[in-house]
Amino acid sequence: MTALDRPLTSTPSLARPSRRTWVGVLVGVLLAVLGLTSLFVGVSDVSPVSVLTGGADSDAAFLLVTSRIPRTVAIVLVGASLGIAGLIMQMLVRNKFVEPGTTGVSEFATLGMLVTMVFLPGLAVVGKMGVAAAFGLFGTWVFLRVVRVVPVRQLVLVPLVGIMLGGVVGAVTTFFAYRLDLLQSLGQWSQGSFATIMAGRYEFLWIAGLMVVVAWIAADRFSVIGLGEEFATNLGLNYQRVVAVGMVIIAVITAAVLVTAGMIPFLGLVVPNVVSLIIGDNVRRAIPWVAGIGAVFVLACDLLARTVRMPYEIPLSVIVGVVGAALFLWLLLRGRSRAH
Amino acid sequence: MIALENVTKRYDGVTVVDNVSLTLGGEGVTALIGPNGAGKSTLFGLVGRLLKPDAGRVTVGGLDISTTPSADLAKTLAVLRQDNHLTARLTVHDLVEFGRFPHSRGRLTMEDREHIERAIDYLELDAYRNRFLDELSGGQRQRAFIAMVLAQDTKYVLLDEPLNNLDLRHMTEIMRLVRRMADELGKRVVTVLHDINFAATWSDRIVAMRDGAVVADASSREIMRPEVLKAVYDTTVDVREIDGKPIALYYG
Repeated sequence: MTALDRPLTSTPSLARPSRRTWVGVLVGVLLAVLGLTSLFVGVSDVSPVSVLTGGADSDAAFLLVTSRIPRTVAIVLVGASLGIAGLIMQMLVRNKFVEPGTTGVSEFATLGMLVTMVFLPGLAVVGKMGVAAAFGLFGTWVFLRVVRVVPVRQLVLVPLVGIMLGGVVGAVTTFFAYRLDLLQSLGQWSQGSFATIMAGRYEFLWIAGLMVVVAWIAADRFSVIGLGEEFATNLGLNYQRVVAVGMVIIAVITAAVLVTAGMIPFLGLVVPNVVSLIIGDNVRRAIPWVAGIGAVFVLACDLLARTVRMPYEIPLSVIVGVVGAALFLWLLLRGRSRAH
Repeated sequence: MIALENVTKRYDGVTVVDNVSLTLGGEGVTALIGPNGAGKSTLFGLVGRLLKPDAGRVTVGGLDISTTPSADLAKTLAVLRQDNHLTARLTVHDLVEFGRFPHSRGRLTMEDREHIERAIDYLELDAYRNRFLDELSGGQRQRAFIAMVLAQDTKYVLLDEPLNNLDLRHMTEIMRLVRRMADELGKRVVTVLHDINFAATWSDRIVAMRDGAVVADASSREIMRPEVLKAVYDTTVDVREIDGKPIALYYG
């Protein structure tokens, strides 16, 4: 190979691994610091000192165990799993701008919640989650069917179709909720917040965590699926089956997050894109990064939501929406400058 | 051998591949030529189990592709399609690693790693292994895809228009590589080519298609005659001998 073969515009690849390590350490430290901070920030005074001096029966320890620890665990699970749902969806659709919230999946799951409220009001939470997941799965299927008609290379058209689909389903949901006087209950889910998370009210999120593990086990298959149906078939992979597994992962995560914390926009979109910029789209390598950065992102936003208007809380989805939208815009504008 | 027996494929009533019986995959390089819409890519799609034939049977190395598990076929046959636009951001090394998927199923053994290294070496991609594919030139990217196919370690390699969108130097470079893969590694290469001079220069056998049927199938020298090319392309092609090689002139 002659020297002429090297393109002059690209940066030497040596710089990359060191930058990667640096960012990895930063994410790890942030996760630990924000996680600990999250345990001790709130209206009631809970500090390491008050927990230690008060002993196991004190109010501070009680609060820590029933509220602060569940809340922090829930945040980490939601951040990690929503990022993974976005990542898997982007692999299935082969489009960087999709996530449950831009494809109608969240709206279908919300419709599922409304259906349980109307027809099965006494259903246990796990049942509600199951119905929401089934609706979410149906929504994923509908979206994948619709997108087949849209040319894959129309990058922005694909999420646009998804957002329209979500708009239609959302409108139907709102209409019936309005007619049945259930708008207020609906608002509870359409605005994500961790304010009501307590022990006994967040444990379903472990199912979302389980889906992250499933995604990790099948990581290479999702990478191959991301190369497209022709590559996957050539490599001897059952394309339809892997897509089906991916759809289940997306639907279950969406539903689990919806019944516990509510809708959280942009996260599944922004986090995988940021990770893609740093280390690329090899799913096996990307999963710990997406999970970690997703958790850090939600932890930081939730801390903001708790402290900005103390002693009141701003809904988390408002903060995530503002920060996420800004990041999304930046990604969009940045993407335009990249040649494709 | 890759054997097609009375294979027919229709799209919405239009017959694209019409009752074709053909044996491919002899030693060396076989070029598949023909005008646009002749059914070359469809034929590749049928052999690569991306499309289902409406009639007929396809076997690869004695395995019926409609009944053999896809994972087993992937160890015998590798197909590289012409549209390799990837949305996923992968490095060269990632891509070549995925070529081992039929063997490793995601868990790389020492042997898999050796194959990956050999493929990267063979395509002279060592300096670019950590580059993302979207940072490479067209020629480098095509070499990365061929390295992936090589790592798949199959006897049969199907390349659908590997010279698409490449400049003159990279076209020659890729064809030289294809030739070496056949001569040094014993790969049975079948490739769709648009430029008949490339086909004549680098392949041992040329199969010409038109309107979904095979119209000529012979050695390069026998195909490179004005009357044969006229029958294939329906346009006048002059053939001159230059340095002992037949060269087609079709520039007007």
